[in-house]
Amino acid sequence: MSTATTKSKTYAPRPGYFSIPSLETVAAWLLAIIWIFPLLYAFWAAFHPPAYMVRFDLLAPLTLDNFKNAWAQAPFARYYLNTFTLVTGVVLAQFVVCTLAAFAFARFPIPGKNVLFMLVLIQLFVFPEVLIVENYRIASELGLINTITGIGLPYVASAFGIFLLRQTFKTIPRELEDAARIEGCNWLEILWKVYVPLAKPTYLAYGLVSISHHWNNFLWPLVVTNSVESRPLTVGLGVFSAPETGVNWATVSAATLLSIAPLLIAFLLFQRQFVQSFLRAGIR
Amino acid sequence: MAEMTSHRRMQLYGAMLLLPAAVLLATFAYLPTVTTVINSLFLPGFRGAPAEFVGLENYQLLFDDPTFWKVARNNLIYAVGTIPTSIALALGMALFVNGKLRGRGFVRMAYFTPTILPMIAAANIWMFFYAPQIGLFNKLLGALGFSGVNWLGDPSMALGSVIVMSVWKEAGFFMIFYLAALQGIAPELKEASDLEGTSRWSFFWRVTFPLLMPTTLFVLINALINAVRVVDHLFILTKGGPNNATNLLLYYVYENAFSFFDRTTAATITVVILLVLAVVATVKFTILDRRTHYQ
Repeated sequence: MSTATTKSKTYAPRPGYFSIPSLETVAAWLLAIIWIFPLLYAFWAAFHPPAYMVRFDLLAPLTLDNFKNAWAQAPFARYYLNTFTLVTGVVLAQFVVCTLAAFAFARFPIPGKNVLFMLVLIQLFVFPEVLIVENYRIASELGLINTITGIGLPYVASAFGIFLLRQTFKTIPRELEDAARIEGCNWLEILWKVYVPLAKPTYLAYGLVSISHHWNNFLWPLVVTNSVESRPLTVGLGVFSAPETGVNWATVSAATLLSIAPLLIAFLLFQRQFVQSFLRAGIR
Repeated sequence: MAEMTSHRRMQLYGAMLLLPAAVLLATFAYLPTVTTVINSLFLPGFRGAPAEFVGLENYQLLFDDPTFWKVARNNLIYAVGTIPTSIALALGMALFVNGKLRGRGFVRMAYFTPTILPMIAAANIWMFFYAPQIGLFNKLLGALGFSGVNWLGDPSMALGSVIVMSVWKEAGFFMIFYLAALQGIAPELKEASDLEGTSRWSFFWRVTFPLLMPTTLFVLINALINAVRVVDHLFILTKGGPNNATNLLLYYVYENAFSFFDRTTAATITVVILLVLAVVATVKFTILDRRTHYQ
């Protein structure tokens, strides 16, 4: 694009130019309302008697019965515990395993390192759920069916985590490492005292992305669990709201809100961090 | 000489650091990939008889099966239906919330909220909208004097209904990448174009859009992977029905393996999915990574 061509086309500000932003505002808001509407609708349905599902009456009585019903009809406490255990376990295990691997890729001479790294990156495309049949067989041979470990283990060596941490570690100046070595630190101490603290923003970003991913994951947990003891919230919700269970919709709405509440509240409180995390993690 | 041994020691140390990840990746990624391919070449033996090598016969059978083609076609329609729409909406959303806008914080949150919801929960909510008698969409149509539509039960409507929900779920996620890219564009460009009186429209097409190209490609790759991978909503909305009208490849794998107990067919379809993902990966690593540059 040469400046000559653009210069010759000099437009005077058109009349009505200043009305465009307000039209934009209307469009932006309309879209926003459409986008948030399903969630608002779930709130409406959950806090009102079933008769008001599709009757929007501002004077409709508020009720918590739907939540009571949902809580009574499915072991949500157990599902919460399972999901919390799963998410904490997966994220901690990912931090350890991915940190070690990323450190190796960033700082150690390993024969065939580039090929190995490419092999790791394959997992960005081939997820555990794509290989669901064989992973089920492997999980069952390892005795992991119907365990929370079985849900989480295939995701621990996350290519995404290794990649993110490697990128971060690579930007850390060697001088810091040398200084630590002069003070007598061994490799693990250098990793723990120099690299890990400096990569804190990456851990936060990756942690939040990973938490929301595993909180929301469904297909693999569905396949690998078959009872209340190990089911996470998503699978519990899926079982609960299957049409054949005949649970009424107000109750399903309440159950849905119960399942998403902790993550949703966390998101509303730390909106900026969540969005930043998805962003940091996405830009490679 | 001493240098050499320390280099060796470094190599060994590095390998040890890699070991846990390598073992896990081998167990849950490489090994299952290999066994899936092998399984697709064999017919299982009955009653303890050894499996029989049949070469590409399973593929022949799969390709002769009209249901497979229907599912593959559905997946293609799903991709074509969700990807351009959600990317265009994402870009629009990003432009909206990048500018001066009243209530920008709320608007951005509204766009992004579906990303945080589990697909299963989102599908539960959309189920209310699509339900034939008491669903919100049909109530609205009824209020306007139209007769209702069986959104998920009518084979000609079902896939479209699933696509609409997917677009709603994904657009806000892609928005944040566009938003970041927009914020990375030097404000001087806008100032210069304002001085020259370039219209907003031509500024977008001549400057913004080309500069967003790497982001679009990045988002496109993600969207392609998701089109193959995300099937959670089918479990709530349609179970692949009616008459396979909304069945997608990964759901078909699940059905074959865990409902029909036909692991061979499941393995064969999985290999087809792996080939599709291999194409996506190759495009990403060879073509895109050479051209794109992320700030």
